[in-house]
Amino acid sequence: MKDRKRMRLVVVGHGPTAHRLIETLAGRGFDGTVTVFGEEPRPAYDRVALTSYLSGKSVEDLTYPVPDGVTLRTGVRVTAIDRANRTVTTDAGDSEPYDVLVLATGSAPFVPPVPGRDLPGCFVYRTIDDLDAIRDASRDARAGVVIGGGLLGLEAADALRGLGLDTHVIEMSGWLMPRQVDEGGGSVLRGHIEGLGLTIHTGAGVRSIEAGPDGRVTSLVKPDGEAIDAQVVVFSAGIRPRDELARACGLEVGERGGIVVDAGMRTSDEHIYAIGECALAGGMVYGLVGPCNTQAEVAAERILDGPAAFTGADMSTKLKLLGVDVAQFGAMSGALDVTYMDPVGGVYKRLFISDDAKTLLGGICVGDAAPYNALRPFVGKPLPGAPSDLLFAGAGKASVDLPDDAQVCSCNNVTKGKICAAIADKGLTDVQGIKDCTRAGTTCGSCVPMLKQILVKSGVDVGKALCEHFTHSRAELFDIVNVRGITTFSQLIAEHGTGRGCDICKPAVASILASLGRGHILDGEQAALQDTNDQFLANIQKNGTYSVVPRIPGGEITPDKLIVIGEVARDFGLYTKITGAQRIDLLGARVEQLPAIWRRLVDAGFESGHAYGKALRTVKSCVGSTWCRYGVQDSVGLAIALELRYRGLRSPHKLKSAVSGCARECAEARSKDFGIIATEQGWNLYVGGNGGFTPRHADLLASDLSTDDLVRTIDRFLMFYIRTADRLQRTAAWLENLDGGLDYLREVIMEDSLGICAELDAQMERHVSTYVDEWRATIEDPDKLRRFVSFVNAPGVPDPSISFETERDQIKPMPISLEVTRR
Amino acid sequence: MTILDATPALAGHWTPVCSYTDLLPEQGAAVLVGDRQVAVFRTFDGALYALGNLDPFSGAYVMSRGIVGTRNGEPTVASPMHKQVFSLVTGVCADGSGVAVPTYPIRVTDGTVEVSVV
Ligand code: SRM
Ligand SMILES: Cc1cc2nc3c(=O)[nH]c(=O)nc-3n(C[C@H](O)[C@H](O)[C@H](O)COP(=O)(O)OP(=O)(O)OC[C@H]3O[C@@H](n4cnc5c(N)ncnc54)[C@H](O)[C@@H]3O)c2cc1C
Ligand code: SF4
Ligand code: FES
Repeated sequence: MKDRKRMRLVVVGHGPTAHRLIETLAGRGFDGTVTVFGEEPRPAYDRVALTSYLSGKSVEDLTYPVPDGVTLRTGVRVTAIDRANRTVTTDAGDSEPYDVLVLATGSAPFVPPVPGRDLPGCFVYRTIDDLDAIRDASRDARAGVVIGGGLLGLEAADALRGLGLDTHVIEMSGWLMPRQVDEGGGSVLRGHIEGLGLTIHTGAGVRSIEAGPDGRVTSLVKPDGEAIDAQVVVFSAGIRPRDELARACGLEVGERGGIVVDAGMRTSDEHIYAIGECALAGGMVYGLVGPCNTQAEVAAERILDGPAAFTGADMSTKLKLLGVDVAQFGAMSGALDVTYMDPVGGVYKRLFISDDAKTLLGGICVGDAAPYNALRPFVGKPLPGAPSDLLFAGAGKASVDLPDDAQVCSCNNVTKGKICAAIADKGLTDVQGIKDCTRAGTTCGSCVPMLKQILVKSGVDVGKALCEHFTHSRAELFDIVNVRGITTFSQLIAEHGTGRGCDICKPAVASILASLGRGHILDGEQAALQDTNDQFLANIQKNGTYSVVPRIPGGEITPDKLIVIGEVARDFGLYTKITGAQRIDLLGARVEQLPAIWRRLVDAGFESGHAYGKALRTVKSCVGSTWCRYGVQDSVGLAIALELRYRGLRSPHKLKSAVSGCARECAEARSKDFGIIATEQGWNLYVGGNGGFTPRHADLLASDLSTDDLVRTIDRFLMFYIRTADRLQRTAAWLENLDGGLDYLREVIMEDSLGICAELDAQMERHVSTYVDEWRATIEDPDKLRRFVSFVNAPGVPDPSISFETERDQIKPMPISLEVTRR
Repeated sequence: MTILDATPALAGHWTPVCSYTDLLPEQGAAVLVGDRQVAVFRTFDGALYALGNLDPFSGAYVMSRGIVGTRNGEPTVASPMHKQVFSLVTGVCADGSGVAVPTYPIRVTDGTVEVSVV
């Protein structure tokens, strides 16, 4: 038996696969020494999420934690392996002995040998450094070309588009993503992508890349002589396993590259393993994280003398690319097939079936991936329904009777059986529990809807319970509080819940109490329920300071008031910015400064803008008929009236509104929870709109309303929403989930089908008549003010950790360095 | 009030930080001990806990402003920045990452709250 105490494990490469290996070993109590060499200047990060780095994720967001006890040497490349003496040498000039060596060197993008490929302006798309370089080069560029129209190429193309470049994609094959979709799917996909403004050249190659007088790329010439303007060129024409170290030391490699390994991930040298994208397992190089992770786990178990084996992996893929669902599972051909194609709606679905029409072989989906979740587990099994029905199988239908051995999470290779066992054995009650116990759902997240369904199927009530403290839904709690006249959280949890609450149920109950007009949100016990933003009536920022947003109803403001805002910002040294909702944000205030800032603002006639609350934010307006030559109604006047009516109204999520003076819609009312557009006869009311994460246009609820009818309808709409929505469910999602939809909503609030309109009206009336400005009420109450200090034992001392630097003549938080302790 | 004295003193060096009544039920407050920032919490049952005020995930000194509650009966605070939940008893983050904030002994003597941060 090996003496594990002294085993020296050396890992070459620190990518996602190496990370999974050392994490698995750490989790299983491996007690040898672990030394990892990574050529990149930083620890391993989530390469799958690489593109999010361009849309705001930081390096820290993407970086994996390094387990304790691991010696990680970043920025060091291993240059040779001495198998006889069992050492590796590095470009840092030293060497490291090993008992077991694991190669996790991944792969490198393939750059075809076209003239000009080395010019400045040519890039690959694989590392954070690559993305930094692409971003820099894009600053002075007009246009870009991506060579390769596969999954990664299209992702890169979307990134270039996001950087503001006019983007082209060149694909050798006759259609896009030839590895995942067939010609029909490719053409539907192309329609989507061209709709986004990208130019696609299929069946095309590259003759040369040309440089301008400054030596940088200016264009790319196709074989037919057509020149495409481009200052940035990204190669994404496939990957090549990085097997150079293995080759040089005589390990067996495949004909087309890849380090040959057995089922235990061992190479032709028994002391050396290879895992991830550099390994050739069963004749295949796997280019997806799922199989790479499985390989890492197999190697970890073998290193610990276990019996695990890698026996191949499902290469099914499901992704959302440029907003389009694309999915492929199982085989890409079969004796029989059923196809649904809707080029106008941009949907293509095709299932492959055995010649006896009994067995599902595989499928391709573009534009609607619902059949993927539902049907992938049935590959190789009897068809779960009539083929034409299956094409329309939503996530809810066919998946219900999944067999136990069906793989639910492909990223982490977790079957339905494993998940059900975990639910039963550990008494799991939520998706988080499944994630913690099985890893399912922790990588790309596309299986999470299935995890929820499996919970439901296992008899766990997931949809409803707010959290571990209440078995009720938010709507049920609202009714309880309303009907029983409950006024405190303590009473509610004592009578209807367990424990002492948490960051989920406390703010939700606080919001219900506030919606029902049960006192100032910082009164007595209520203060302890609030999120920090509500506690301090301001929005917390990354360095622990807060931002202050005074209400500017309808976006209308006098010069004098503008001057006051400027003076307050100047006197308190705050950063100012015009927000996306027609008002002004003052950022960088420490808690002890807030009351003094409010005092100045309140004295000048301002009040809280509730930027911090799940409450009405703003009612935006366009300039309207008073000034605009097209306006048909006074949109500013209405917006101000509505903003004042609903200010301070607490709701399940934030509420936004806008009023436009005519159909040109300059106020973007249809992206709001309730939006109003003027007509010659009155007002059209739209509801359920949303910007943000999942944009949705609002639906027309009623047309040509008089101002009185409009206000009454909005009152009821809001109160009905507040009563029945889930926690943090905006009106858009609420309306989409409302049984009976818009028609039902009309019946309830316009025809009073439930007989509740009088009560809804009364509730809104009470809100309007009892409204008080939360800032004023706070500065006038010494008890509430006590909280506004950085330190209770040193009230005059500002938090010493907060400091600023200057950028564009204003303050900006100093970057924070992190020290994390683990136990 | 024995529960208030439940935490054993470690090195015995206690610093008075505020009066017990300065702390509101189920809320935290930050105190400065030398140059160390400590978040002290008073839970519903009147017990006191002290943690480091630094949120290890965001690097901001804000733990005292988190929502206090329970998880499976154990008293907790959720970071106000990104909502990771920490045990008030052990300082360990409930997300399984092994991240923890320091905990400090805390007690009440004659109505004065004292912490020990050697
Ligand atoms: C300040 C502001 C950005 C700016 O400088 O322009 C902003 C800042 C924040 N937004 Fe926003 N949003 C701001 C306008 C918007 C808009 C545009 C608008 O309102 O017209 C949108 C899209 C419209 C919409 O909401 O439908 C917007 C969509 C979001 C979302 C996504 C909501 C969704 O339904 O998907 C969030 C996240 C959330 O609320 O859960 C968010 C959350 C936030 C938070 C609270 C994030 C956070 O937790 O720190 C930011 C803090 C506010 C603060 O003051 O520190 N913000 N945010 C804007 C304040 C407007 C105001 O005057 O009140
Ligand atoms: C933009 C992008 C999007 C992707 N999206 C998806 C997706 O949606 N789904 C999916 O399943 N997969 C996706 N992938 C693929 C996935 O990222 C890879 O399968 C995964 O990264 C492979 O991990 P690895 O650790 O084996 O290799 P790598 O991530 O390549 O890591 C290997 C590391 O080893 C280092 N190294 C190499 N040689 C040496 C040496 N001699 N000395 C020291 N260090 C060395 C390299 O610098 C590298 O950091 C995507 C990839 C990219 C680039
Ligand atoms: S929406 Fe109509 S009225 Fe309002 S500013 Fe635009 S064009 Fe003018
Ligand atoms: S399938 Fe990607 S996380 Fe489960």
